[in-house]
Amino acid sequence: MSEGIRFVFRGEVREIDKIDPTLSVLRWLREVEGASGTKEGCAEGDCGACTVVLGELVDGSMQYRAVNACIQFMPTLHGKQLITVEDLASPDGALHPVQKAMVETSGSQCGFCTPGFVMSMFAMKVSEGRPSRDRINDVLAGNLCRCTGYGPIIEASEKMYDAGPETAFLEEEKRVVALLEGLSSDAMVETADKGRRYFAPARVDDLARVYTDNPDAVIVAGATDVGLWVTKMHKDLGTVIYLGRVKELKEMRVASGYLEIGAGVSYTDAWDEIKKHYPDFGELIRRIGSTQVRNAGTIGGNVANGSPIGDTPPALIAAGARLVLRKGEERREIDLESFFIDYGKQDRGIGEFVEMVKLPLPKAGSKFRSYKISKRFDQDISAACGAFMADIEKGQVKDIRICFGGMAGTPARAKHTEAALIGKTWDEETVKTAMAEMVKDYNPLTDMRASEAYRAKVARNLLYKFFVETSQVGEKVNTRVVGDRELAHV
Amino acid sequence: MSDRTMANEKNNAGIIQGGVHQNHLHDSAHKHVSGTAIYIDDLPELPGCLQVYIGMSEKPHAKIKSIDVSAARKAEGVACVLTADDIPGINDYSPVMGDDPIFANELVEYVGQSMFAVAADSIDNARAAASLVKVDYEELPAILTIEEALEKESYVLSPNEMKRGDSATALERAENRLKDRILIGGQDHFYLEGHIALAIPGEDDDVLVHSSTQHPSEVQHNVAKALGVSDHCVTIEIRRMGGGFGGKESQPALFASVAAMVAKKTGKAAKVRLDRDDDMEMTGKRHDFIMDYDVGFDASGRIEGIEFIQACRAGNSADLTGAIADRAMFHADNAYYLENVTIKSYRCKTNTVSNTAFRGFGGPQGVVGIERVIDAIANHLGKDPLEIRKVNFYGTTDRNVTPYYMTVEDNVIHELVVELEADADYAARRADIRAFNENSPFVKKGIALTPVKFGISFTTTFLNQAGALVHVYTDGSVHLNHGGTEMGQGLYTKVAQVVAEEFQIDNNRVKITATNTGKVPNTSATAASSGADMNGMAAQAAARTIRNRLTDFAAQKFQVKADEVRWLPGRIQVGAEEMTFPDLVKQAYLARISLSSTGYYATPKIHYDAQKMQGRPFYYFAYGAAVTEVEVDTLTGEYKVMRTDILHDVGKSLNPTIDLGQVEGAYIQGVGWLTTEELVWHPSGKLWTHAPSTYKIPACSDRAPEFNVRLWDKGKNAEETIYRSKAVGEPPLMLGVSALMALSDAVASVGGYKIHPGLNAPATPERVLDAVDRVREAAAG
Repeated sequence: MSEGIRFVFRGEVREIDKIDPTLSVLRWLREVEGASGTKEGCAEGDCGACTVVLGELVDGSMQYRAVNACIQFMPTLHGKQLITVEDLASPDGALHPVQKAMVETSGSQCGFCTPGFVMSMFAMKVSEGRPSRDRINDVLAGNLCRCTGYGPIIEASEKMYDAGPETAFLEEEKRVVALLEGLSSDAMVETADKGRRYFAPARVDDLARVYTDNPDAVIVAGATDVGLWVTKMHKDLGTVIYLGRVKELKEMRVASGYLEIGAGVSYTDAWDEIKKHYPDFGELIRRIGSTQVRNAGTIGGNVANGSPIGDTPPALIAAGARLVLRKGEERREIDLESFFIDYGKQDRGIGEFVEMVKLPLPKAGSKFRSYKISKRFDQDISAACGAFMADIEKGQVKDIRICFGGMAGTPARAKHTEAALIGKTWDEETVKTAMAEMVKDYNPLTDMRASEAYRAKVARNLLYKFFVETSQVGEKVNTRVVGDRELAHV
Repeated sequence: MSDRTMANEKNNAGIIQGGVHQNHLHDSAHKHVSGTAIYIDDLPELPGCLQVYIGMSEKPHAKIKSIDVSAARKAEGVACVLTADDIPGINDYSPVMGDDPIFANELVEYVGQSMFAVAADSIDNARAAASLVKVDYEELPAILTIEEALEKESYVLSPNEMKRGDSATALERAENRLKDRILIGGQDHFYLEGHIALAIPGEDDDVLVHSSTQHPSEVQHNVAKALGVSDHCVTIEIRRMGGGFGGKESQPALFASVAAMVAKKTGKAAKVRLDRDDDMEMTGKRHDFIMDYDVGFDASGRIEGIEFIQACRAGNSADLTGAIADRAMFHADNAYYLENVTIKSYRCKTNTVSNTAFRGFGGPQGVVGIERVIDAIANHLGKDPLEIRKVNFYGTTDRNVTPYYMTVEDNVIHELVVELEADADYAARRADIRAFNENSPFVKKGIALTPVKFGISFTTTFLNQAGALVHVYTDGSVHLNHGGTEMGQGLYTKVAQVVAEEFQIDNNRVKITATNTGKVPNTSATAASSGADMNGMAAQAAARTIRNRLTDFAAQKFQVKADEVRWLPGRIQVGAEEMTFPDLVKQAYLARISLSSTGYYATPKIHYDAQKMQGRPFYYFAYGAAVTEVEVDTLTGEYKVMRTDILHDVGKSLNPTIDLGQVEGAYIQGVGWLTTEELVWHPSGKLWTHAPSTYKIPACSDRAPEFNVRLWDKGKNAEETIYRSKAVGEPPLMLGVSALMALSDAVASVGGYKIHPGLNAPATPERVLDAVDRVREAAAG
């Protein structure tokens, strides 16, 4: 066990023995450190003005990722490097190529969002080569600008690469690696302040133990939802257990027909692997939150928090995913579908946590599609999110699983609709009949995202779209305007 | 390399750096990117600085039977709690009408209305204490929609009417006639920096307030009024805002007043900083409108008579609604001659937050109205909407008088549109789109070209004045101050360019300083796109006064005629001699010549009779046009903007790079308003979309993959504005209307372009899908 947290900041190891477990990185920077370059725009991880970059040693090399400082809890910095906008210019004041490009293209107007953009762009520049426009859109989806209309920022995101590799930064990196290696340990990290306690185990057995001992603790992975309980609902979380250091939960592997995804695997890390097996599910993940949210948030968390509008559960359920739950030494495995009992109620006992999500690999010839309907393409919460998995053999529906989010108090299967399809000919007439059945499956609500009528209608139409996309022969008809259009024809 | 960066790197030798018409970079760009630009929340806090939380109404309409703040007063860290009873002066922060209480004390009229304030040692303690306040409400019936307000004749101001010709007769006689209702949604400003004020108490009755405001003078008046002191006790300062867009025109007065009252009561610095949700719930937005039209037109689509009823949601108080609703009437014509026209305007009082200024100030809603009418005519006649637009454009020598009897003297819309049409290859693309749609059962494309003509000047004539202050120090460096505020639009940079030009010195010799009511008094808001026009002129006047003194001094000293003193780049030629600016300045100082001057400007030519709604409210018009192409998924209503082409007239641009930024940004903001930005109120009267998680402004990927934007190179202001430039802040917002009309065009395709989709704004995927289904059903029979 180690008391307090240690992280690299401004080139040195910063040691803090006692820290409020739910103090945000943003508030610490601005209110404690007096580092005001990082801005608060929304305090909910939606605008990106607070974007900072976290450096982390992964398998011996540094990985840099942008996150929203407003919903990142301070103790989660332990063992990492925190990089803010103030770190980029060289000591003599010369601007970093990212900053220089933003100046030269007039990428800032009011300038309030600018530090956040600069950090997202910096994370991209140190991590990957010259981007396509689509890649820039993805990287910047979590940074809102109200002034420029984004044109100059997109241009700067390309132009900054003209400056060549990050020589000075990479030189400094060697020193940082040594500092971070010194902080690496399998010991549990603990801290407490303001009557709140924090545990960050590094091994899953320690996690099981500490959660058994503190069953009232709030489990936090990426804090992309739990962070808002603090910044928006102003809740006192009491004891917090952080999953982000647990080695076993960060693992992902293919075993006995399943892709096993540890509960601590971020969307970003799961993305490529899921995309490989389910291209359209990959596209769905691309639209979850933003780069900052996907870097922090996990599929395990998306499942465990039980939201009726989480984007991965419909896709996972349609694909037949299973869930491994653990309490102390005991494990049980259930169908993910049965985990969601009712609105706000999941099949998770006291002291029990989600250890792993098991996504079955698709059977040869099966068809999978997922569709997310929202007002804005990027970084929006679904009005409805539908996923479809069908086995069509010789024009007959052998099996079909349809699951929607946003249509009920939980992610829910369309059982009546499925029943109207199974065993039938996969043709327009069958599909139209089944569409009419959907009224029995869902009784959606009207809220700020969409009306009940629209949700019901669009859900029916998505079944039709699934049919069109999976039954086309010869020259393919275009069915999509948003996202990767080619995925309609995969 | 784009035009944008090429232009930046082109710096002609032999001219000063950063003079007018140059692509001079925003003065703060290097600070923005390095996090060193200081916003109010970044100012170092004084010891003991208090954080203030404002308690809000939970009811849309209720009598306050009692407010019990006793528990809050005793709570941890609390320094003071203020209610209406604690206001030393007048309980009002309204801009005009006296109807915006700082703290509601008897009646609340919207959810989110300010009721009391708690000041504590931390914002967490202040917020926690505020939750201990007990309010006993007696609920009253609430009016939450424009329809209800119209029905109950609930208005904040009397209805207004603008009339020219005889619309009733023209409508009766018209060959074709259409009537419909248009819904146009509001818009949250979503400036990235929320409202903030930091007050620092001074001696006697003095207070300095750092206020994120577009209107320091009005904040000063209101703070003084709340404190019950003279204006001269109050100084307001603002170096920069993190965005304004009109949202920081009238509303900052509330937060500045509260901060100042806490500071004066406690003797400590006090900060009011709203978090995003509170900001969105407490502050007003762009007015949503219901518009009914009745239009008569001939076979060519020429409008013969038209009647508009414009009803807007003012919210609970008048705020700036009068002038905003007027501007919607002034722009009900957009670029079209309406011979027989009647426009009625209703300013509806509702139990929702008081709506306020937002880029375009009612103009955009007026423009959406007439553009919808044009599209309806086109669908009815089976013609290209662009053809109908052209048929109705204002003439240059005839058909050129507006419904408010102002002659349009500077009309360039014909040539500008023709140029854009060619640039954007409109006709061919429209034909291609029709062909594509024939063969694409689910995905439909749409295209539209819409123009904008926007009147420049405050329609409240006395506001069209500005002041500036210029000091030249003996080393030749220049200190510049003016009444305009910087919210990202580059005003400070442009005005510095004007002063640099006047003295023929490099721009970096001109120090841009924070707007401060102690330096330049009695200013108008930085609004109505007027910032550079007015403050540029005022600063030029100030600089010219000094320059003239220097010229006279040099002529006298070197015994030459005044016209032999020539101001050349970086030097002054006096007869046969040349000297640098600092040399001349130093000599002038030693000869006891004043090196400081104020400057003043009042916009000429404008006059307006508000009773008759006639006159010349605008000095000139700004013009532009845009073509937008979209694709629509007719199964879901989802869509994507695929291509944008813009040609916009900024006159002779003071700074093309900055103007381009305004044009692009405004277009995207306009598209956002009309597409994804949907304000939804809960039936309880609470705003349901009060954070970016639920309120969706455009993101990076919403910008069209192909985006062509150009400033019109033939542009030149017909009037003698600052270097013949034109205002640029608001007009291009209306270019975004082309996206709404392109969506309408795509939807119309499912009915063979014969049925007008009646697509309302914001055109969310839900509205688009509904329109698709409506058109399909109508087409089927």
